Amino acid sequence: MREILTVLEADARATPERIAALTGIAEDEVRAAIAAWEAEGVIRRYKTVVDWDRLGDERVTAFVDVTVAPERGRGFDDVAERIARFREIRAVHLVSGAQDLRVEVEGSSMKEVADFVAQKLSGVERVTATSTHFLLRRYKDDHQLLTEPEPDQRLSVMP
Amino acid sequence: MAPPAKPLSRVVEACPPSGIRKFFDLAQTMTGVITLGVGEPDFPTPWGVREAAIHALTRGATTYTGNSGLLELRELICADLERRHGTSYRPADECLVTSGVSEGLDLALRALLNPGDEVIVPEPSYVAYQPCVAFAGGVAVPVASDPAQGYRLDAARIAEAVTPRTKAVLFGSPSNPTGAAQSADDLTALVALAEREDFWLVSDEIYDRLTYTGTHTSTAAVPGARDRTVVLNGFSKSYAMTGWRVGYVCAPEPLAALMHRIHQYTMLCAPHVSQVAAIEALRSADPDVTEMVADYDRRRRLFVKGLDELGLSCPEPGGAFYAFPSIRSSGLSSQDFAEQLLEEQKVAVVPGDVFGPSGEGHVRCSYATALPLLEEALERMGRFLSTRT
Repeated sequence: MREILTVLEADARATPERIAALTGIAEDEVRAAIAAWEAEGVIRRYKTVVDWDRLGDERVTAFVDVTVAPERGRGFDDVAERIARFREIRAVHLVSGAQDLRVEVEGSSMKEVADFVAQKLSGVERVTATSTHFLLRRYKDDHQLLTEPEPDQRLSVMP
Repeated sequence: MAPPAKPLSRVVEACPPSGIRKFFDLAQTMTGVITLGVGEPDFPTPWGVREAAIHALTRGATTYTGNSGLLELRELICADLERRHGTSYRPADECLVTSGVSEGLDLALRALLNPGDEVIVPEPSYVAYQPCVAFAGGVAVPVASDPAQGYRLDAARIAEAVTPRTKAVLFGSPSNPTGAAQSADDLTALVALAEREDFWLVSDEIYDRLTYTGTHTSTAAVPGARDRTVVLNGFSKSYAMTGWRVGYVCAPEPLAALMHRIHQYTMLCAPHVSQVAAIEALRSADPDVTEMVADYDRRRRLFVKGLDELGLSCPEPGGAFYAFPSIRSSGLSSQDFAEQLLEEQKVAVVPGDVFGPSGEGHVRCSYATALPLLEEALERMGRFLSTRT
């Protein structure tokens, strides 16, 4: 049954009919499994990987390492959840190493992202330091290479 | 200046050129062709393997290696076969690294055959088997296998073709072109026949890891088979490494020694950098293989079902990445079917008769093709058939 998720993870638009043909699992079983996973939150969302750079869109992303003074009894959860609620925040991860949280901030200009970090993120209670790394170029996202695909060099008919 | 008038090799001249060639030439002149005619993975070699090869080149892996191939590679190969097949070969003198199964096949036949020795080849078979038998001075004896029985190796049918000159039976499992993966039972019956009639088995297992409906049985793993079996295998299909030209052959020592002798005078060694890549493949690319196999399997299910819905029935292919459907419902010969399908709908398949007369009435379709293209090909084949029936 997990194979259904493998197919969906690679192609969110795969229909139950197609998934059934690919996995050999009956179509109604595929539908039932997907409905159950959606209800349980195993499937969180159906996603499209967009290469905005190709459209020439101005999007600025920064990875910000955040140092936090953890709260007694709550650890990092409270601060992390507060940070995660900002519209500008794309992702929040608790990581090992010198800093505590690694967050991804998105904005339409460098100034906007810088202002967000300076005025909002660093001002969140218990945030003691931030270190910002602006993203320069994306080469791979979500297992998807964003560079030019390799040409298929196979000959068209071979034994 | 004319070339010398004396005749060229009669053996080679008597061998017809591959029937695939004509199709290849035709397909090359067209654009927008979806090709199901390719006998190789559509995945590139896993990146970790390529990276290891690049690194090896920077470190000077540009020389010959020993004739047998790098010892580390042979040790890994033998350990891998032991783990997956349960067969045991000595890396030192029973395993030889070759330039693909193609070379291993040639070595095995030349080391085995005396002029006029017969080699039984169950059909439909890979296109090189019968010519290689002839080039080695032998006589290929084709035996048709039955699509209604899923192209299983039928020891009883093979027994009918056995003569005192029978030296070997040569077959591939899983099979190119039918995708048939032979069962332990059928192999056991064949081994019993080989023992009774005292001949060799040449077992091409290049598609062993591409097995979907059960586990692969190596011919050499059948009790009593090891010392009369040559196992041919390599990295081309499992690890998507066709262009690296690296494979191997495992055989009992007296035969392995003769193959080694030919190899040392003709090939010297398999490409050094490819051997390093093969080491990396065995060390680290198992997860890549698992993913590729799962992906082929999904496409296999979708494609075979799609063919079935078009009335192009085929026994479920248990391995490799080919479906070999019957096209008799179209009323066309396999050559006409393939030619017209290519010209009218720009889908390239391989006519079944190039794999032997028993392949007539079938076409070989490779599903090592991107899923959207596979689906589009099925649609085009549907349009093609709707104008025929």
